[in-house]
Amino acid sequence: MTTANQTARAKYENDFLKEVEANVEEGHWVRMCMQCGVCAGSCPLGDAWAHPPQKLFMMIRAGKREEVLSSDAMWMCTSCYNCIVRCPRKLPITHIVHGLANYAHRLGLAPKGQPTRQTAALFWNNLVKKGRVNELKFSLALYFKDGFGQGIKNALGMQAVGLGLVKAKRLNPMEILGGHGIENLSGFKAMIDKAREIEDRKKGLAG
Amino acid sequence: MADSKFAAYICTGCGIGDTLDVPMLEKIAQKEGKMALVKSHPFLCSTDGVKLIEDDIANEGVTHLCIAACSRRAKVEAFRFPAAAVSRANLREGVIWVVAEGAEHDAVRQEMAEDYVRMGCAEIKKMKVPAGNVKEASSKKILVVGGGLSGMTAALAAAEAGYAVTLVEKSGALGGFANNLWKRVPFAAPYADAQPVGAAELAAKVSGHAKIKVHLNAVVAETSGAPGRFAVKIAQESGGMTDDVCGAIIQATGFTPYDPARLPELGGGQPNVVDQAGLEALAKAADGGPIKRADGKEVKSVVFVQCAGQRDASGQHLPYCSGHCCATSIKQATYFKDRDAGINAVVMYQDLRVPGMGEDFYRSAQDKGVTFVKGRAARVTDGGGACKVDFKDLILDEDTSIEADLVVLATGQVPNAGVNLDEWTATVTAAESGDEAAKTRKDELLKTSVLSLNYRQGPDMPQFKYGFADSHFICFPYETRRTGIYAAGPVRRPMDILQATEDATGAALKAIQAVENAARGRAAHPRVGDLSYPVARLEGCTQCKRCTVECPFGAIDEDEKRFPKFNEERCRRCGTCMGACPVRVISFENYSVDTVGSQIKAVNIPDEFEEKPRILILACENDAYPALDMAGIQRLSYSAFVRAIPVRCLGSVNTIWITDALNSGYDGVMLMGCKKGDDYQCHFVKGSEMAFYRTSKIDDTLKQLGLEPERVLSLEVAITDNARVAKLINDYAEQINEIGLSPMKGFG
Amino acid sequence: MASKEYAFYPGCSSQSKASASNYLTSVNTMCGKLDIKLTEIPDWNCCGASIGYAEGGELPRLALSARNFALTERHLPGKEMVATCAACWLAQREVKERLDHSETLLKETNEALAAAGLQYQGTAPVRHMVEVLIEDLGYDTLKQPVVKPLEGIKFAGYVGCQTNRPFGIAGESFENPLYLDKLVETVGGEAVPYDQKVACCGGALAFSEPEKSQKQIRAIIESAYDHGAEMIVTPCPLCQANVEIYQSEINKKQGTRFNMPVLYYSQLMAVAYGSSAREAGLDGQLIKAARLEEIAGK
Repeated sequence: MTTANQTARAKYENDFLKEVEANVEEGHWVRMCMQCGVCAGSCPLGDAWAHPPQKLFMMIRAGKREEVLSSDAMWMCTSCYNCIVRCPRKLPITHIVHGLANYAHRLGLAPKGQPTRQTAALFWNNLVKKGRVNELKFSLALYFKDGFGQGIKNALGMQAVGLGLVKAKRLNPMEILGGHGIENLSGFKAMIDKAREIEDRKKGLAG
Repeated sequence: MADSKFAAYICTGCGIGDTLDVPMLEKIAQKEGKMALVKSHPFLCSTDGVKLIEDDIANEGVTHLCIAACSRRAKVEAFRFPAAAVSRANLREGVIWVVAEGAEHDAVRQEMAEDYVRMGCAEIKKMKVPAGNVKEASSKKILVVGGGLSGMTAALAAAEAGYAVTLVEKSGALGGFANNLWKRVPFAAPYADAQPVGAAELAAKVSGHAKIKVHLNAVVAETSGAPGRFAVKIAQESGGMTDDVCGAIIQATGFTPYDPARLPELGGGQPNVVDQAGLEALAKAADGGPIKRADGKEVKSVVFVQCAGQRDASGQHLPYCSGHCCATSIKQATYFKDRDAGINAVVMYQDLRVPGMGEDFYRSAQDKGVTFVKGRAARVTDGGGACKVDFKDLILDEDTSIEADLVVLATGQVPNAGVNLDEWTATVTAAESGDEAAKTRKDELLKTSVLSLNYRQGPDMPQFKYGFADSHFICFPYETRRTGIYAAGPVRRPMDILQATEDATGAALKAIQAVENAARGRAAHPRVGDLSYPVARLEGCTQCKRCTVECPFGAIDEDEKRFPKFNEERCRRCGTCMGACPVRVISFENYSVDTVGSQIKAVNIPDEFEEKPRILILACENDAYPALDMAGIQRLSYSAFVRAIPVRCLGSVNTIWITDALNSGYDGVMLMGCKKGDDYQCHFVKGSEMAFYRTSKIDDTLKQLGLEPERVLSLEVAITDNARVAKLINDYAEQINEIGLSPMKGFG
Repeated sequence: MASKEYAFYPGCSSQSKASASNYLTSVNTMCGKLDIKLTEIPDWNCCGASIGYAEGGELPRLALSARNFALTERHLPGKEMVATCAACWLAQREVKERLDHSETLLKETNEALAAAGLQYQGTAPVRHMVEVLIEDLGYDTLKQPVVKPLEGIKFAGYVGCQTNRPFGIAGESFENPLYLDKLVETVGGEAVPYDQKVACCGGALAFSEPEKSQKQIRAIIESAYDHGAEMIVTPCPLCQANVEIYQSEINKKQGTRFNMPVLYYSQLMAVAYGSSAREAGLDGQLIKAARLEEIAGK
C-alpha cells in the first residue's frame, strides 16, 4: 500500500489507469470515456464537484494519482444515476465514482472528515451489525459524528422532526435497545467477512 | 407562322370553377389572347381531359397551347405534349389558393386570374417548339485524369457500366497516394481493426480491363471542345503524343500532404518528428515487425499531434479540417498497439472528428489502450533521444508535457487542383500588356495545369474555397462550372479513402449522364433534357463580350470575327447571356426577351384612380417560384396585386423587362433569386449574383424616369421560404402603398 | 381477479415503526384489495443501499443482495422477488445483472455465500411493486376496485431517481416517465406536469450535505407548488422521507411556508379503493394529507 502510494507516476503513461482498472469497481471503463462532459452537466450536485467525472477520468489517464484519490469530488455523488443513462458511451459512471471513493477510502487517501465518507462508513457499520439498518442508531451516530457537543446541537435541531416521526410511528425509540435484525447473524457476518477477504486479496488491500 | 394554331384550355377543377368567372376567362382568351380554340374542362389533368387536348393536337392541328390550370410545376407528366409548345397560366397555386377568401376579394381575385390568362396567351404566341440539336458523332468515352484510388474507382465504375475509358496517370504506376499506406482505416464491419489497402488489386483490375486504356507517365497536354466532343492530347513523358476524343472528363488528381517543414515549432523537419505519410513509410519498412525510427531505435512511445498546421486561424497554415486525419492517427496508433500493447500511444486532439463509422474505430482504439488527450500542442522538441511535447491539456486546463520516442504530425490535405484561374486571368492580362515576367509566369502556370483546357476562361476548372476544385458545394456537390468535367476525391474537398471511392462512383455516373445528354443534344444538369439552346442574332451584335464574360460556364467563345460562338454542349440553358445582352439578340426558342416581355405587357394596368397597384414578380424557377407555389399549397394569402413570372435564373433577367414594366405603369418590381456569395445556392452559380449586380445599376434609369429607387426590390429567396415569401410580398405591397402609385400609368 | 403471489422484500425502511412504515401499511392494504399475496422472504437482510459503497466495497455488497436471492430461491422457489423500496430494488437488480454477466464475480460471491451456507443460482428475478401493478395487472385492472375516485386533487408525480434510472420501468423514458401520472389518473386524480419529476432529492446526502440536498428538495417542492399541485406522490421511500421531513427545516432556515403532503402511490390507491385513513397509512404523514383523509372518512 505504501509503495503504491509513493510510486512516481509518469504522465499520460497509463500506470495509474492500470491501477484503477485492476482495483476500482468498473474501473476498466475509464479508458472508454470520450470527454464529452455530458456527465458533468447532468449531475444534480455538479456545481459542488471539484472535478466532475469527465475530469476525474482524464486525471486518471494523465496519471494524477494523489489528486484523484484525495479529491473531495466523488463524495458528492447522490447516486441519482443521471450520468449513467445520459453517457453516450454507456460508461457506468455512478459505479466508477463509487468505486473510486471506496478505493480512496480503503487506501486512507480520501479526505479526512469528509461528511459523506463518514456517513457511508457509519451506515455500513450499522447494517453489518444486525443485518438490517437500525435507523435510530444510525441517526444518533450521525448527530454525534462530530463530537458530543455538536451531536447534542444536531439532535436538538432535528428534535421536532424526530418526535414527529415517533408520533407517526415511523421511528421507534425502543430501537436503541436492539431493534430490527436478522436471525442467522453469525452466517451473515461470516459471509461479509469472506467477501471482504476475497476482495482485499484481489486488490492488494489485505492487512 | 402559317401552320401555327393556338388553343387555350381552362381547367375548372380544384375549386377554380367555383371561385372564378370562367366564361369571362374564356372570353378573354378568345378576344384578347387571340386563341383560335378555347375550351374548359372540369378535370383537365384526367385521362379524359388530356385526351381532349391530344385530340385537338391530332385533329384540329393545334400547335401551341396555353393551359390555364395549376402551376407549371404541377401535373408535369399529364401536360407533357412534346409536339406542341405549352405555356401555363397558374390559376390554382398562383390565384385561388393565395388570394384571401371572401366576397370582398372576388374582384381582385378575378382580375388576377384574367391577367394570368392574358399572360399565358401572350407567352405562347412567342414560343417555339425546341427542335434540339442532335450531334452525329458524339463521343461517349470518358477521360479520367489521375490514377489513384479515386481515379481507378471512377474508371472501373464507368467501364463496368459499358463506357470506354481513357485513364491518364502522371507517375509510372497506378495507385496514387494509397501506394504509400501500410493499411487503411476500416471500411467494413466491425470497424475495429485497420484493413489492407487493396490498391494493387484495384490497379490490376483497371490495367486488365478491356474497356480501359491506361496511359502511365503521361499528362493531358491540351483539351478543347465540349461535352461529347472533347479533343484531348495526351503527352507521354517519353515525348510521344496521343490524340483522343472523349465525351466527359473526371478529374481525380488527389492531394499533396501539407509540408511538415512549415511547422518548425512542432518539430517539423526534425528526425524523430514525422508526418502521417512518414509514419506509413516507417510502418511499411517494419513490415509487421517493430516500428523503428530513422536512427534504428524501436519506438516504445509515440504521440500523435492532431490538427498540425490545420484549422489554423493565424493565416499561416491551412484554415480547414482535412477530415480524415483523426481516423488516420487512430489507425496508426493501432499499428503500435496491435503489435505491442505495452507501447504508449497518445493521440492529442482538439476535437476528435471521426465521421462515418469512425466512432466504432475510435472506441476500438480506446479499448486497445490508446490514450486520447484533448490538448493543444504548443511545441515539440526533438532531443535526439526523446521528443518532448509541450501542450495545454484542455480538460485539465493546465500546461504540461509528454515525452515520446516519436512524434507524428497530422498535417492536412492540399488539393492538386491545377491552375488558379484568378492568378491566370491576372497573369494573362499583364502578359498581354507586354509584361515579360508575366509571360514567363504564364508558361509556368500552364505547366502546372491538369486539364490544359483551351477555354478562354483558363486552362483548369475554377477553384472553390481554399483552392479545391470547383463544386456546387451546397446543392450539387459534383457539379462544376465546366460542363461535362467533374472532380472526384480529395481534389474536390478533403476526404478519406472510403469517401473518395464513393465520390468517384458518383462522378462516374455524372460523366455518363453528361455523355448521354450531349449525344441527344440535350442540356445537362440542372435543366436536364432541355432541348432549347441559345441562339444569337449576330447581325445585331455589337461584340460587347458581356455574354462571353458573364457566362458562368465558359460556354461562349469568340469566333474569328469576334462574334460570340456558342458551344451549346457546355451550355446549361440558364439564360445569363440573354440577361447580359444590351442589344437583346440572344434568345431561346421557348424562352426569350419576348416571351417574358409580352407577358409583362399583357397585364391590364388599372388607371391611377382605381387605386389598384400592380407589382411584377420575376421569380427564379428553381427556388423562389416553388416557394410561391408552396405558399399557395399552404394557403398563405398574399396581395392580389402581384403578377409573378417564373424565370430560368435571375441571371436571365434582362433589364429591359424592368424598365418596360415601370414604363407601362407597374408600381413595383420584385426580383426573387437564390442565395449568392461564397455559400451560393444559385443553380447556375453566378446567375443570381449577376442579377443583383445588374439591378444595383438600375438606379440611374429610375432617376431618369423620375421614380423612387424602392420601386425595384431584389431579394434572396430559398425554396423553404414559403411563409417568408408571402410576408415579403405583403410588406412590399404595403411599402408601395406608402410611396404611392406610379406616375407612369397611362403612358405605356 | 386472478390471485398473484410474490416473495416480498420490504427493506429496512418499510419495517414496522421504521421511516416508511406507512408505505408498508398502504402496500399491504392495496395488495389485499388487488388480491396480491406477499410472502416475506425469511431472514432477508439490508441491500446496502446506494451509500453502502464506501465502506462495503464491491463484493460484500454483491453478497448482501445475493443472500436475499439465495434465500428466495431456497424458501420460496419459483417466486419472483418484489421490492417496494427503490434502493432495494435497484441494488438487487444491479447485483443480479453483474452476477449474471461475470463468472468471476459469480464464483467469488458464491464463495462468500457458502460461508452462510447459501448459494446464488440466478433463478429468481426481482421486480418493483410498480412493475407488478402496471405489467402483471395493468391499468384497467387497477381501475376496477376504485370506489372513491380522488377527483379534483392535483398531484405532482415525483418519480425521482432510483425507480427511474438506470433501469427504470420498461417502455418509459428516463427524462419524462409517465407511469406515475397514469397511476394517479387511474385512481381519479389529476397529474400536473412539472419540471422536477425526475430530479434528485439528494438521496443519502441529505444527512451529509444537508444544504446541497435541501436546495434540491426546495426546488422540487417549489416546482410542484408552481404547477398547481396540492400533494406530491412518489414510489420511493427515501424521496418521500427527504421531501416530507425537511420541509420544516427549510421553512425554519429559509422562511418558506411549505406544507406539501408527500404520499406513496399505494396510499392513493388504498384510499381510492375505499380503505380507511389508517389502513392507507395516512396517520403516518408528518404533513397531513387532509383532503385524502376527508375522502377516506366519507
